Amino acid sequence: MELTLWTYEGPPHVGAIRIAASMRGVHLVLHAPQGDTYADLLFTMIERDGKRPPVTYTTFQARDLGASTAEKFLNTLQAAYDHHKPSLILVADSCTAELLQDQPGTLAETAGLPVPVVPLEMAAYSRKENWGASETFYHLVRAVLSSQRNSVDKATDQDVSSRRRSVNLLGPSKLGFRCRDDVQEISRLLQSVGIGVNVIAPLDADINDISRIPEADANVCLYPEVALTTCTWLERNFGQPIIRTVPLGFGATQDFLAELAGVLQVDISAEAVADCRLPWYSRSVDSTYLTGKRVFVFGDGTHAMACARVAQQEMGFEVVGLGTYSREMAREVRGMAKELGVEALITDDHMVVEQAVSELRPELVLGTQMERHIAKRLGIGCAVISTPAHVQDYPARFSPQMGVEGANVLFDTWVHPLIMGLEEHLLHMFRDDFEFNDHAAPSHLSHGEGTLMAVEDSNVVALAGVHWEDGAEKELKKIPFFVRGKAKRNTERYAEERGLTAIDIETLYEAKAHYSR
Amino acid sequence: MTAEVIAVSEVTPERFQPLQERGQRAVFCGLTSIIWLHRKIQDAFFLVVGSRTCAHLIQSAAGVMIFAEPRFGTAVLGDRDLAGMADCHDELDRVVAQVLARRPELKSIFLVGSCPSEVIKLDLDNAAGRLGREYEGQVRFVSFSGSGIETTFTQGEDNCLASLAADLPAHTASEERLLIVGTVPDIVEDQFRRLFSQLGIEHVDFFPGSQSTDLPAIGNNTRLLLAQPFLGETLRALESRGATLLPAPFPLGAEGSEAWFRAAANAYGIDQEKQRTVLQPPRQRAEAALSKYRSELADKTFTMLPDSQLEIPLARFLSRECGMTPKEVGTPYFDARVMAEEVPLLPEGVDWVEGQDLDPALDRVRAARPDLTVCGLGIANPLEAEGLRTKWSIELLFTPIQGFEQAGDLAELFARPLRRERALEVGSWS
Repeated sequence: MELTLWTYEGPPHVGAIRIAASMRGVHLVLHAPQGDTYADLLFTMIERDGKRPPVTYTTFQARDLGASTAEKFLNTLQAAYDHHKPSLILVADSCTAELLQDQPGTLAETAGLPVPVVPLEMAAYSRKENWGASETFYHLVRAVLSSQRNSVDKATDQDVSSRRRSVNLLGPSKLGFRCRDDVQEISRLLQSVGIGVNVIAPLDADINDISRIPEADANVCLYPEVALTTCTWLERNFGQPIIRTVPLGFGATQDFLAELAGVLQVDISAEAVADCRLPWYSRSVDSTYLTGKRVFVFGDGTHAMACARVAQQEMGFEVVGLGTYSREMAREVRGMAKELGVEALITDDHMVVEQAVSELRPELVLGTQMERHIAKRLGIGCAVISTPAHVQDYPARFSPQMGVEGANVLFDTWVHPLIMGLEEHLLHMFRDDFEFNDHAAPSHLSHGEGTLMAVEDSNVVALAGVHWEDGAEKELKKIPFFVRGKAKRNTERYAEERGLTAIDIETLYEAKAHYSR
Repeated sequence: MTAEVIAVSEVTPERFQPLQERGQRAVFCGLTSIIWLHRKIQDAFFLVVGSRTCAHLIQSAAGVMIFAEPRFGTAVLGDRDLAGMADCHDELDRVVAQVLARRPELKSIFLVGSCPSEVIKLDLDNAAGRLGREYEGQVRFVSFSGSGIETTFTQGEDNCLASLAADLPAHTASEERLLIVGTVPDIVEDQFRRLFSQLGIEHVDFFPGSQSTDLPAIGNNTRLLLAQPFLGETLRALESRGATLLPAPFPLGAEGSEAWFRAAANAYGIDQEKQRTVLQPPRQRAEAALSKYRSELADKTFTMLPDSQLEIPLARFLSRECGMTPKEVGTPYFDARVMAEEVPLLPEGVDWVEGQDLDPALDRVRAARPDLTVCGLGIANPLEAEGLRTKWSIELLFTPIQGFEQAGDLAELFARPLRRERALEVGSWS
C-alpha cells in the first residue's frame, strides 16, 4: 500500500482509453464497475472533446458479482458492437475487474464478432497510465500488422535514390501535451525539407492507416512514453529505423533534422530552422536578465529532459532541479541531471516534489499542473510543460511545443511568468516604495501571486539556535526576495560553522563574500 | 399553492412508475462524496483503501481543488498486497501512521472501502475497530463503503453518515431535539438555524457538523428532517436509534423550503400565525428572486439523466416553480419512503427511469431534443456538440442550493446555459 494524495498518472486503463479515443473506428469495451466512467470527463472536460470517448463500460455492481459478470461482459460487448459498429475492438479490465478474473479477452475472442478483437492486459496494480497507453498502441499495431509481416511491398532498389522519403509520426494521443499542434508543426517542418509524412498515429488514425505504417522509411518516436515499444517492434519486424531525437527546442529540432538526414540519407538544409525566433530573442540584450535564473524542471521524462536542455542552453537559465514521474525514463533523466550537475528527482509523490521546490527556491518552475499549484502556493512563477495538465493547457490558439514554432512558444511562455529585467532592478532600488515593492506581482500579471514574501517574512526565524539581530534582519529583507531564502540559509550556515550565536550585518556580508562565486 | 395543501398529500403510485434500466451507467461512485464531506467535516481525514483509479477519480472529479494538502487520500493497493506478500492490515496501520504523522491534529479518520477492497474482502470495519482501540482517546476510526459496486455518487455520503450514526451519543434527556440530516453548506446551515430559532424551535443539530468530535446526541426524543434526498440508509440507521422522521418535501425552491420548515413547525405544535410571520418574508423574497427566472425558464423542456438522487425534487421544483416541462427524468435509485412527499407533487406525463442504459438514453435525448439536459460532466460537452444545451449536475452538489435564500440561485443554474445560448453569436447550438 502506498499513500497517494494526488497522482501524476491515472491507472493503465486510462492509457488504453487515450489510444481508443485518439483513433477513428476503434472501440474499447472495458470491464469495469460504475464509477470508472469518470474517465469520460478527462476527455470531454479537460480536452473539450465534442464526443464521448469510444468506450463502453460494463459497470457491474455488487449484485452481479460471482454470478454473472462474465455474462454481463459478453452482453455489453455485443451491445457495444451493435451500437457503434467499430472496425476494431479493444478489450480490457479495469483494476476491479482484473481481480474478478473473468478473462474478458478470452471471452471476447469466442464471441464471434466480425471485426478484430484485441485483448489487453493492463496490470492495474503495478503499472500506470502512460504504460497502459504504450501497451495498447503496441498491441493494436501488432494485431493489425501481424498478418502482413514480410508481405509489405517495400520500395525496390532502383528507385531508392529518387524516391521521396517518408516517415511516420508515432505517439501523439489524446490527453498528451499539445499533441494536436506538435504534429501539425512537425508535419510542416518535414514537408519543408521534402520528407513526407506517411502515417500519424494514434491521433486521428484509423485501422487502414495503421496497416500502412510499414510503407514509411522510418518511424519518428515523437512521444517515447507512448510509442517507443511500438517503434522498437516495428524496427525489429519491418526494419524501420527509429528517429529518436524529440524535436522539442531549437537545438533538438536541429538535431532531429540531422538525425533524419543521416538515417534517410538525404540532404537537409540548415535553412529549415532559420526562421525560428528563439535564438535571436535569447541573444537580444533585453534577455540578459534571464541569465542564471534558477529553474526547476519536472514532468514526464520526454518533456522534462527536452525542457531542461532548452532552459540551460537556449534561455541561459540555471537548471537547479530536474525530475520526472516517469519511472520508465529514470535512467535517462538521471544521466541528464548528472550532466547538469544536479540530483535527479524520480518520484510520483507530489509532496516530495513540493519539498524539493521549497528547498531549492527556484525563480521559475517548469512542470505539470501539480507543480503549477505548488509554485502558486510558494509564490513562484510557473509554466506548464507536461501532462498532467488542466483545461487551460489545451489552448484555442496554435501552440505547439515542438519544432520551430514550438521553440518560439517555449520562449514566450517561459518568460511570461518572470519579472522583467528593468522591473527587477527598480524593485531592488525602491524596495520600500509603498506601491512598488517586492510584495507586488509582476506588472503584467494580476495581483495576488506574490505570496512568497508573506511566507518568507513570517518565517525570518533562524534555524538551530542562531539569532538574527534587528539590523541584520532588516538588511536581509533588502535582498531581492528570489535570492533571500538562499542568502538566509547561507548566512546561518556560515554562522553555525563558526559557532556564532548571533547574526549581525557584518556576518551577513561576510557570508555573502564567502559564498560568492 | 399553500404548504398546508401539500403537507397532507399521499403517495399515488400510478403517478410514479419508473422504467427500470440495467445497462451501462455513466455515474460517479460513492467516493466522490468525499469531495464535499471533507470540506464539511473539518477535523477528519478520508482514507480510501483502493487503487490508483480511486485516487484519479477523486482528483479528476474535484478538478482544480488543489488549494492545500487535501484531507483525503488513497492507500493504493499494489501487487504485493494482492499476492499476500504484505499483510493488508499491517500496511494499513503503516499508512494511517503516515497520515497522522503529517496531520497530528486530525480527530477522525474515515476508512473508505472501494471496489477493489470489497472484491478482495478487506474488512475495514474490523480495521477501524482495531485502529480505534490503538488510538483510543486521540482519533476516532469509522469505516464505510464508497465503492462503485455498492454506491452511486451521493450514496457515499449516505453510507458515511449511516456508519457514523452508530457512534452518536444517546440522547436520554427529556428535551426534544431536531436533527437536520445531510451535508449543507455552512451558509445554509446558518440560515436554517436562524429560521428555526425564530420559529421557536430550540435544540437543532446538523448532521454532519463541522467537527467530528461534536456529534449530536440521538434518541426517542429526536425528530429528523432530511436536507438531502439521498440518505435512505442514514435514515434507517437513525430510526434504529429511536429517532422519528418528519415527512417533508426537500428544501429546494420556495415551495419546498416552506413545506420543509412547516413540517418541523407543525410537529412542534407551532401555531399557523407564528409560522406565517416567520416564513412569509423569506418565502416572498424567494418568490421575488424566482420570478426573474420564470420568464426565462417557463415552457422550456428538460431531461435529467440519473446522477445524484436530487433529480426528483429538482424536477418538482423546475416544473412547479419555474414552469418547465420534464420530458424524461432518470434517477440512479428510487427510495419510495424518502421521496413520499415529493412524488404527489410531480407532474403527469413524464418518463421516469430508475437505473440507466447510457446509449439508448442518449438516443432518447437526441430524439426528444429537450431545451436543457441535466447530466454528468462526461456527457455534457458531447451533447453540446450535438446542439443540445446542458447543465452539469455535479454543480448541484457543490453549490448552496437549499433554502429560501438560494431558490433564485438554484433557478440561475438552469437559466444560465439558456441565457448563454441567446447571448452567443458564434458557433451553433441549433
